[in-house]
Amino acid sequence: MSVPDKSGHFGEFGGKYVPETLMSVLEELETTFTKARKDKKFKDEFAYYLKEYAGRPTNLYLAKRLTSQFKNLKIYLKREDLLHTGAHKINNTLGQIILAKRMGKKRIIAETGAGQHGVATATAAALFGLQCEIYMGAEDINRQSLNVFRMKLMGAKVIPVTSGSKTLKDAMNEAIRDWVTNVRNTFYIIGSVAGPHPYPLMVREFQSVIGREARRQFRAKEKRLPSYLVACVGGGSNAMGLFHAFFNDTQVKIIGVEAAGHGLQSGEHSAAICAGQTGVLHGSKSQLLQTSEGQVKIAHSIAAGLDYPGVGPEHSYYKKIGRADYVGVTDKEAIIGLKLLSQTEGIIPALETSHAIGYLSRLDSKAKKNSTVIVCLSGRGDKDVNTMKELI
Amino acid sequence: MQNRIDKKFAELKKKGQKAFIAFVTAGDPDLETTVDLVRGFEKAGVDIVELGVPFSDPLADGPIIQAASQRALSNGTTIPKIFAAVRAIRQFSEIPLALMTYYNPVFHYGESNFVKDAKAAGVDGIIVPDLPPEEAKTLIAMSRKSDFATVFFLSPTTTDRRIKKIVNASTGFIYYVSLTGVTGTQQGLPKDIIERIKKVKRATNMPICVGFGVSTAQDVQLISRVADGVIVGSAIINEIQKHKDSAALTPLIVKFVQQLSSNLKE
Repeated sequence: MSVPDKSGHFGEFGGKYVPETLMSVLEELETTFTKARKDKKFKDEFAYYLKEYAGRPTNLYLAKRLTSQFKNLKIYLKREDLLHTGAHKINNTLGQIILAKRMGKKRIIAETGAGQHGVATATAAALFGLQCEIYMGAEDINRQSLNVFRMKLMGAKVIPVTSGSKTLKDAMNEAIRDWVTNVRNTFYIIGSVAGPHPYPLMVREFQSVIGREARRQFRAKEKRLPSYLVACVGGGSNAMGLFHAFFNDTQVKIIGVEAAGHGLQSGEHSAAICAGQTGVLHGSKSQLLQTSEGQVKIAHSIAAGLDYPGVGPEHSYYKKIGRADYVGVTDKEAIIGLKLLSQTEGIIPALETSHAIGYLSRLDSKAKKNSTVIVCLSGRGDKDVNTMKELI
Repeated sequence: MQNRIDKKFAELKKKGQKAFIAFVTAGDPDLETTVDLVRGFEKAGVDIVELGVPFSDPLADGPIIQAASQRALSNGTTIPKIFAAVRAIRQFSEIPLALMTYYNPVFHYGESNFVKDAKAAGVDGIIVPDLPPEEAKTLIAMSRKSDFATVFFLSPTTTDRRIKKIVNASTGFIYYVSLTGVTGTQQGLPKDIIERIKKVKRATNMPICVGFGVSTAQDVQLISRVADGVIVGSAIINEIQKHKDSAALTPLIVKFVQQLSSNLKE
């Protein structure tokens, strides 16, 4: 059975929990997307920009010196960090902006946490000559000032969000409020496999190029399938992008790494699957950090891109059906991962991605001898150097 | 007993009057004031009260109601406490009460228990802005069992095909959102508002009440020419915010509401 079903549900998760004003535009988007994904012209245009502009395919790199640090793991890195703008986010924004153009929308909005999705959206908007406004939490504007500058340089307007936790969750609230208001001329580029249907499906489709390439590349190099896939999960788009092509390869174990912040017991984390309950936020049903009263809890992570109390509905579904395991990696473990990869391979990963690296020592201790793993190296760390300087 | 909302619209129809619906966030600035406000509203001629159940992430609301929700949450307002306040209101009043809340608090409480407990406390219906009929099957089924009204929304972007679906899912009344936007916007009512309401009226006999962006006595008068009711929220909350530290908060708000609704009661 393939998910989502026609109404956008992944088992009990997903769906469309939005104000009535948005229902018609979601239907219109679904129709446009369904037509486009079968349309050769759309597929060719998307493939053209992924290759010529973003720099696909990305390498599947055998990290020899990193591998030498472990007993049982042979580690390949899927180098999404080498894409234009420095992270996997550009795959999705290029896909969505071509759809926006097809729908005749002149104005683009997006939310951003770490700023990677904001930068990727501003980039695509500049490339296609569309007006662009990015909602970003005031807290995140402080910790990701380089990305803010990049967005502005490309002509986007960055709107600080001062409500609530002043991070990604609140940026998404504001983006949705803007969308409800300007629905007729505005296209909302959601940055993760989250939000109302058809976004989780659409973003997965645009990101699934990661897994399709990785699967082909790995088989060419190793003549088999990997033992493990590991990726960090905030909303979960780089992870779903890697996992999707391996869904039916049940011998491949899939692990999503959530941000455990100060520790799962501390209550200060962003681990919606490890420590949340089923709930509804930002248009879909999924696992959610919430109080006993059903109020959304404020998440915590050192990585702005993971600092979100929810998670994409398909990840909740993977967990429910047992297709993937989800684990928590703390701020501290992520920093250890960041240093390890920087010093063994000369690759500085983003703080988000560092969570996936930070999990490898735990995976190594339980893996069988000669296990292979693909880690999605979702983004590079340039944007985080200010934060890193304070931490390291 | 017939649902108080249905009974109210039947009465108004007989008198040839339109409904004035006042929204307040329960627990803003505290639940005692909420109870007092409802008492005052009834005397001032308010026909139905919408009680907002505060939610941390009210994405259909503008800054005014967001701030009210935040005030209510930070003083410890919870669903059980709101039900207790409704029971207190029912000691002295039979005014129809509908709860307006986002879906997550209801889902987390458990839809079946929520409807049961709300009904038992004396609530007459529920309005959930982030729950379209497509996702509301459980809530609708539970509500039908106990004659609890489920009010759904129509908006300027609703397609003709969806109108029927929404009409079928709604009981009590239908909430027509006057404009594309969040609550409390100052952009003014759309020019074609009367035409749009007329179109919706042709599709159903159910009462149509209009909200979002209705803030002055003139707006109320204009809309009541064609709609069955007018909903005012942010304009009232704005007054509460202004006077929240005044000893005369309740009389000031009641007077404000009386001025807004007076055109309907002549």
